[in-house]
Parts: sequence; structure tokens; C-alpha cells
Amino acid sequence: MFRDAALIAGKDLRLEARSRVALNQVVPFALLVLVLFAFALDPDRGILSRATPGLYWIAVLFSALLAIQRAFTIESADGNRDALRLSGLDPAGIYLGKAAAIAVQLAVLEVLLGIGVAVLYSTHLAGWGLLVVTCVGATAAIAAAGTLYGVLAAGLRVRETLLPLLLLPVLAPVLIASTRAFEAALSGATADGWPWVGLLAVFALVYIVAGVVGFGPLLEET
Amino acid sequence: MTTHLTQSELPPGAAGGRSGDGVPTGTGSRGTRILGLVALLGLVFLGLIGLWASPEDRIQGNLVRILYVHVPSAMLAYLACFITTVGSAVYLWKKSRWWDLVAYASAEIGAVFTGITLVTGMLWGRPTWGVYWVWDARLTSTAMLFLLLLGYLAVRRIPAAAPVRSKRSAIVGLLLVPNVIIVRQSVEWWRTLHQEATLFANGLESEIHGLMLFAWFVGVVVFGVIFAWLLIHRFRLAWLQEQIEEHGLERAIADRRAEADAEAEISGAAEAADPSPTEPGTDSNGEAAR
Repeated sequence: MFRDAALIAGKDLRLEARSRVALNQVVPFALLVLVLFAFALDPDRGILSRATPGLYWIAVLFSALLAIQRAFTIESADGNRDALRLSGLDPAGIYLGKAAAIAVQLAVLEVLLGIGVAVLYSTHLAGWGLLVVTCVGATAAIAAAGTLYGVLAAGLRVRETLLPLLLLPVLAPVLIASTRAFEAALSGATADGWPWVGLLAVFALVYIVAGVVGFGPLLEET
Repeated sequence: MTTHLTQSELPPGAAGGRSGDGVPTGTGSRGTRILGLVALLGLVFLGLIGLWASPEDRIQGNLVRILYVHVPSAMLAYLACFITTVGSAVYLWKKSRWWDLVAYASAEIGAVFTGITLVTGMLWGRPTWGVYWVWDARLTSTAMLFLLLLGYLAVRRIPAAAPVRSKRSAIVGLLLVPNVIIVRQSVEWWRTLHQEATLFANGLESEIHGLMLFAWFVGVVVFGVIFAWLLIHRFRLAWLQEQIEEHGLERAIADRRAEADAEAEISGAAEAADPSPTEPGTDSNGEAAR
């Protein structure tokens, strides 16, 4: 299962390294969202730096939607879905591989967005341990749930509109938890943040298990 | 709703088989008519109890009466959600279309009841708190439940082959209750970190007058009956719709064939009556042109 996962993740990341769609389109989109927040909220009154945790994670969520769509668009052409099914790879491995590839891309995106908020919103980053662990937990949670709902919506004519409707309410706990944990870290009260990291871990685990079990049946139907 | 389906085309256990009155020309049966009548009478009774017989609340005044609708619909919304998850699980396990459609019907009615809960809650909240909406844990998680149900219903309506749609919506339905629990829990933590008391802690549960408790109980029973009535009808409707999806095309083709045959017979009869000699190829040409 883990060998198959490594194969799939490697394939997706190689595709990304050669096509650079996430780098050339999703990352600029995420930065654009940061700039749009500055337009929408008054940048002079410190609202941006106070609201940084929320704005940061909203930007991550929206960009994650694009990354997930992309991860399944590459499987939709030329009957790739059938090829995956016939490849003899373990469906659980395929799920973990795709989730891992999405997670790696999200992690890169989160680092860039972190630099973005530090520079653009002049947010002082503090509580590094909590920040990094929160990012890891939230990335795993978003990738795990996103991959499961991504394959649900994949191959449908309505996938672009369906995925946000399905995924965003489900990811609401992730947004709450990661935002609160970031707030705790930035305000220096790191002790308040750790329970939220626990919630992220539980969420990620639940969805990884659901994905490992449910991905096979979903991949079978086209 | 009327259909042209006959009893023979419906598998056992379908709407027609269960209705007990032969050809399913509608979704009603004797059982559901009685159930519907009970629901109607119950509603009238609930109206009498809730609006006249029960006393005003000491703190909330007449506003308490809206809760006789609000609380039962909230309970049934969660019940519907639970039924959807159970139905989805059984569908995935046994591939039973019956359970698949039960899950669908339940989710749709659940969305309606969640909507009623939200609207009545807002109507209650405006005079009580001065605003329609507060970011209370309960309100927020109910709103999220509504959105999750809408997501499920969106999957039910995707234009795809029936097995694909059923399987995908079953996975979404299976995750419905876990999602509701996770969302509810996280929203509760989120809010309780900011404000300690929940809104229902005082006023409602503290001391309930006997007749008020009775009205609330009647509300739960009546709404339960309405829920059952809606569920049965919605299920039968879904079943009939699926039959049309499955057999509709075959039936339309058969009808067109029959029409063509009838026309051919008429023209054949006219040709036979016509004494002028025709070339041998005419018939097949005419057929091809048609």
C-alpha cells in the first residue's frame, strides 16, 4: 500500500514539476487573495494583521480547492481513471499517494503564504512550534478530506461547482481549529492552541481512514 | 402523480406492492391516507393546545409557543440525518436500492425540517435577543447541518447513471453523521471559548409547566407522524421516478414503433384498396422514407 502510495505521489509531483500548473497558477491565485483581502479590509488600521489567522487559512482553503481540482483533472484525460483502476495498484495506496501529493503542494503554498502575510500584512510571526505543527495537521486534514471528496466529484460535468459545496462545510472544523491555533500562537498564548491541534489530528485521522476504506468503491464507478 | 407503469413492471416491495391497492397511479395508499388524516388532526390538536390551552411562559410570554414547532422540527432534522446515514451504509453494504431511496427521501425531508428549524429559530430570536442571528454553537451547527444536507442533495441530482449517482451519494450520506458530529463539537468548542453560557440554559429547561410539556410532547408526536407520512410519499415518488428513468426510454420507443406499425397498416390498407399497379420497390422505399 505504501509503495503504491509513493509511486502515485511521485507521479503526481513529477507531473507538477514538469507542468508547473500549481506553481504558476495556484500560488499566484493565493497571493491574489491576500491582496484582495487588503482591498476589502482597510489596510491602515491594523485589521489585516489582527485578522491574519483567518485570512491566511481562508486563502489556503480556496487555493486547496484549486489544487484538488487539478489533482483529479490530470486523471480525467485519456481514460486515466480506467488505467489507474487496471494498474493493479491498491486503491488505498492510490488514495494515500494522491493525498500526499496534494499535501506536499499545500505545504509549499503555506510557506509562501506565510511569507506573504508577514510581508504584506506586517504580521509578526511567533510561536513557531505551534505554527508549524498546526500547518502539518491542517495540511493533512485538508488533503485527506479533499482527496476523498475530490474523487467523488471527479469525472462529473458539475465537478467545479460541486466540490466547493461538498468540501467547504466539511472543512469548517479545520478552518476553526487552525485559525484558533494560529491566533493562540501569534498572541503568545501557545497553551490555548494545542487542543485545536488535537482536533486537527483527529479530523485528519478520521478522513484518512474513511479515504483508505472508501476510495476503492469510488474509483470503480465512472 | 400518474404514471403508465403497471404492477407487473414493479419489483416486489416497490410502491405498488406496498400500497396494497393494485396499480400505483399515485404515491398514496390506504395506510398513508390514514396517516395523513392523523397528521392533520394532530396538527389541529397541536394548534389548539399550543395556541390556546397552554399558558404563557413567565419569561418569554407568548414567544414560547413557537418552540412547540421549533424543537420537534430540530429533533426530526437530526433523526432524518441519522436515517440518511443508516440508509447509505446499508446501501453500500447490501446494494439495496430500497435503502438508497430511503436515504434520499430522508435527506430531502431533513433539509426541509432543518430549514423550518432555522426560520422558526430566527423568528424566535428576533424578539428574544433583538437579532435574527447570533453565533451560538447550536445555531451555527444547525446551519452547517443544513449546508451539509444541501451538499448531499446536490450529489443526488448530478446528471449521471443511476448506480454511479447512488454510490457517490451513499458515500456522502455515510459521512453525513460523522461530519455533523465533528462540526458540532468543533463549533461548540469554538463558541464556548468565547462565551460561557448557552442560550437555552435558562428559561426553557429550568421549569416547564405541565401543559407546556404536554404541548411540546404533542408537537414531537405530530411532527413525527408528518415526517413518516412525507418519508413514505417521497420514497414512493423516488421509486416511481427511478422506474421512469429505467423504463421510460424503452416505453417511448415501443410507443413510437406501435404508432409506425399502425400507420403502416393504414397505408397498407389504402394501397390494397388502390387498384393502380405499383412497382415492387415502392413499399420498402416508403418505409425507408418514413
